[in-house]
Amino acid sequence: MTNYEKYLNVFTKMFSVTEEEAVQLEYQGIPDWDSVGHMELVAAIEETFDIMMDTDDIIDFNSFEKGKELLSKNYTIEF
Amino acid sequence: MNFGELLEIPPFSLNKEQKNELLTRRLKELTHLHQSNCPEYRKILDSLNFDIDSVTSYAELPFLPVRMFKELSLKSIPQEEIVKTMTSSGTTGQTPSKIYLNRATSSNQQKALVKIVNEFTGSSRMPMIILDCPSVIKNRAMFSARGAGILGFSVFGAEKIYAFNDDMELNVEGLKDFLTKYQGQKIFLFGFTYMIWEYFYKKILVLKNENVTFDLSDGVLIHGGGWKKLIGEAVSAQEFHQRLTDACGLQHIHDYYGMVEQTGCIYMECEYGHLHTSIFSDVIIRRTKDFSLCGAEESGIIEVVSSIPESYPGHCLLTEDIGQILGEDDCPCGRKGKYFKVEGRLKDAEIRGCSDTFDIRKSRWSI
Repeated sequence: MTNYEKYLNVFTKMFSVTEEEAVQLEYQGIPDWDSVGHMELVAAIEETFDIMMDTDDIIDFNSFEKGKELLSKNYTIEF
Repeated sequence: MNFGELLEIPPFSLNKEQKNELLTRRLKELTHLHQSNCPEYRKILDSLNFDIDSVTSYAELPFLPVRMFKELSLKSIPQEEIVKTMTSSGTTGQTPSKIYLNRATSSNQQKALVKIVNEFTGSSRMPMIILDCPSVIKNRAMFSARGAGILGFSVFGAEKIYAFNDDMELNVEGLKDFLTKYQGQKIFLFGFTYMIWEYFYKKILVLKNENVTFDLSDGVLIHGGGWKKLIGEAVSAQEFHQRLTDACGLQHIHDYYGMVEQTGCIYMECEYGHLHTSIFSDVIIRRTKDFSLCGAEESGIIEVVSSIPESYPGHCLLTEDIGQILGEDDCPCGRKGKYFKVEGRLKDAEIRGCSDTFDIRKSRWSI
């Protein structure tokens, strides 16, 4: 599985959405991606990529796209 | 001015003049925003003949008694923009406050909290022990002050464990395993003062007699929620900290002062036992008799101002707490801004006195 597939997978599983819906998701855009869902999402991403995100990145992570950008910029995960 | 601009500035780096200029600008803008978008708030300002152009410092802005959020649904956004409603814990028989959040305000609360707390714990995340039970965050759309606190602070934790089960019993085995697993690492603990005292401290004292001990000398504990429930037990802040040190080796303990009506802007206790204001918010101490400003080391009612609230008119609030300013810009810990202490609650009669001065239904002040 590519990194992109793994990343996409976390979203589709966690929020029970299709791939098309997942790529457009924003924080607080759906009821499941609230502050509780956010911490669960972060935990799942950290486990998937075996990383530990900084607090600043966790709070900047506010959309599917932004998350990808943060992971590649600060955790050398290539998409 | 955008709240994002404030987030770029280190939270304890501005002196009195710089902070006054910045906060006055932001809080005047918020006053204007709420005046335009919250009809009840507008009515209040109208009844005061408030003229925003005459304001030179944020201490001159009108403040709402905090219990007004118990009596009214105050918001400056349409219903469909609400993403979260927070409620105060409110003792039995009291109506809880209701605070309505939109995406921007909710996210700015979290960002401010992170900036403030990082100045005390560093920005790397730690294994975290939550000194509470998992059920506090069950209802995701409607948070209690406890749930909001736990969730807000969870961002500093890496792996997490709840110290209590839902019957508030200490998970002794789980904690033992957790501490063994992360031995030698800095552990972050978070909880509410009363819960820690009642369900953690008292329990570990009993366990100590059974030779079951916990070593938390590598821990850093942040706790809040106030002291009023502990008054009956006659425990002071110093004693609380000392007893925890004796019971489980905890050395780094920070109390904080904050309220659900201004989530995000917390006042952290430094290494010298002083509560600190950041650039995101401030405390103003007022005399009970006429709400005029108290001098340094003079006790009065605490007013809190916060640069965060955009979705509800809670940027200037008169609390029901008593406190005093200890100094400004010169705490030995090196952090700029006011530092202060909280001395207790206003007596009931005084609270009634204060809230009687403002009656929303009559919509007039009687100062």
